[in-house]
Amino acid sequence: MRVWKFGNDIDTDAIIPGRFLTIYDPAELAKHAFEGTRDEFARDVREGDVVVGGTNFGCGSSREHAPLALLGAGVRVVVARSFARIFYRNAVNTGLLPLVAAGADSIPDGAAVSVDIAGGFVEVDGRRLVVETVPGFLKEIVDAGGLVAYAKNLDEVKTCSTE
Amino acid sequence: MAATIAEKIFSMKCGRSVRAGDVVMAPLDAAMIHDITGPLAVRVFGEMGGERVFDPERIIMLFDHQVPADSIPAAENHVFMRQFAEEQGIHNYDLLEGVCHQVVMEKGRAAPGEIIVGTDSHTCTYGAAGAFATGIGSTDMGFVLKFGALYFRVPESILLEVDGVFDRRVGAKDLILSLAGDIGADGATYMTLEFTGKAMERMNMAGRMTCANMAIEMGAKAGIVRPDAATWEYVAARREIEPFDLAGDDDAVYRERRHYDVTDLAPQVAVPHNVDNVVDVADVAGTKVDQVFIGSCTNGRYEDLAEAGEVMGSADRFAKGVRVIVIPASRTEYLKALRAGLIERFVEAGALVEAPCCGPCMGGAFGLLAPGEVSLSTSNRNFRGRQGSAQASVYLSSPATAMASALYGEITDPREV
Repeated sequence: MRVWKFGNDIDTDAIIPGRFLTIYDPAELAKHAFEGTRDEFARDVREGDVVVGGTNFGCGSSREHAPLALLGAGVRVVVARSFARIFYRNAVNTGLLPLVAAGADSIPDGAAVSVDIAGGFVEVDGRRLVVETVPGFLKEIVDAGGLVAYAKNLDEVKTCSTE
Repeated sequence: MAATIAEKIFSMKCGRSVRAGDVVMAPLDAAMIHDITGPLAVRVFGEMGGERVFDPERIIMLFDHQVPADSIPAAENHVFMRQFAEEQGIHNYDLLEGVCHQVVMEKGRAAPGEIIVGTDSHTCTYGAAGAFATGIGSTDMGFVLKFGALYFRVPESILLEVDGVFDRRVGAKDLILSLAGDIGADGATYMTLEFTGKAMERMNMAGRMTCANMAIEMGAKAGIVRPDAATWEYVAARREIEPFDLAGDDDAVYRERRHYDVTDLAPQVAVPHNVDNVVDVADVAGTKVDQVFIGSCTNGRYEDLAEAGEVMGSADRFAKGVRVIVIPASRTEYLKALRAGLIERFVEAGALVEAPCCGPCMGGAFGLLAPGEVSLSTSNRNFRGRQGSAQASVYLSSPATAMASALYGEITDPREV
């Protein structure tokens, strides 16, 4: 499993361009992931590979096609110094794990990588990097395997005005 | 206890005092879905076991990204959404009214103190009406369709106090671009931008919508303009509502307070390929442009088209080799521009005036760029590939700068036209 390293401010237009938004199937979206930005990604990405970004990963559009394209490509984890808000939430909801790592910049492209979520670290070329797991209430969604699985078993929710 | 506008809105909804950092399941006043992200939300709603939506009257449906349908899959999405609307009793504006954010505002579907979500990142536009409005993904929307509520972490706020008087042909778009340049593309991540100050009070609703619209370009969750008489007048003209006071308290806890004066602000341009890569127009004046796009949820209102028309003056031709695409943000705005004679002037000069929709800003429907081409656009994003080829360049500006540039075929300071 290898690292696909990207820079700062990787936007959702880069992850999946607007002209592919009538596609909803993750496997089909994956064929166009990073098209025009990094064409070899869709061709060479393998199951379990990890995408690594700098700051503000996933900024821009609210399109959930972005995490779906990565999931379709076999990516289960994105590590970045920071994430844009909507992408972060979309990733958690769809079962793509966003991990914040202060040391993300030091991870080189193409490095061998493994992720230990329970241990709270990623191992890159044999070196351990500490990652922050998702906070509080979002963890319940991650543990359920995404928001669909979480919400399936709910008949109603208590809002802050009724609790 | 002193509070920001965002804290006050969440406190009102919850019926108890909540503060930045609190996580709440908030009831929602409205939810907006469109043709691109809506179909996925509807599917997720079904996967979650949803049968009836929480309240059809609180759901706003319309199509604007690919209208009229530009492909068979787009047409199929429209059919799918129409069927859902019919089954559920949701009022569907369909493709008749225009760009989602303009339509929500002009139909009076957003008001001070409300919490509104939409499956579009520029949902923050409704902050111009004093609402806490934010963009969400389709899976969150599936949850919203089922339950009418969503988890929020009540955000911290940055207070932006904007004073001064704009120079001629400088305005709201120049302000918000300069703020993006100053604050940065992630400078307000997870936060609310609260706009206040004399320059905001003097700004019309169209300009306030331009500002709130681009809060997301700084990573913000919401951008709220402090409601005043102009806000209440706009909303009360569209629905029955009793005005109330909704202002951030002087002693509220803000993450940061920033003061700006627009008096000496020059026209601003965001240069490729990031929205926070902002310079004075003089720094890029003379850059040749192949396409000029005046429109979008950021700058497709009558006031924007009138601003372009004022800069156009008596000119009757655009520069040779420049494609000028004008797209009013809604049917209502289109009619206003038509009746004012603006559309006729634009068409006579060689503009392509299209029916209300997202246009080239969607980067898929039409108006795409070839490798090496340059576009100047009044929309909100200049990401690589946003308007077609990843080898094309997109610059962002005000309608005034866009029109000046259309007349000369290169980026031009509108004050010098």
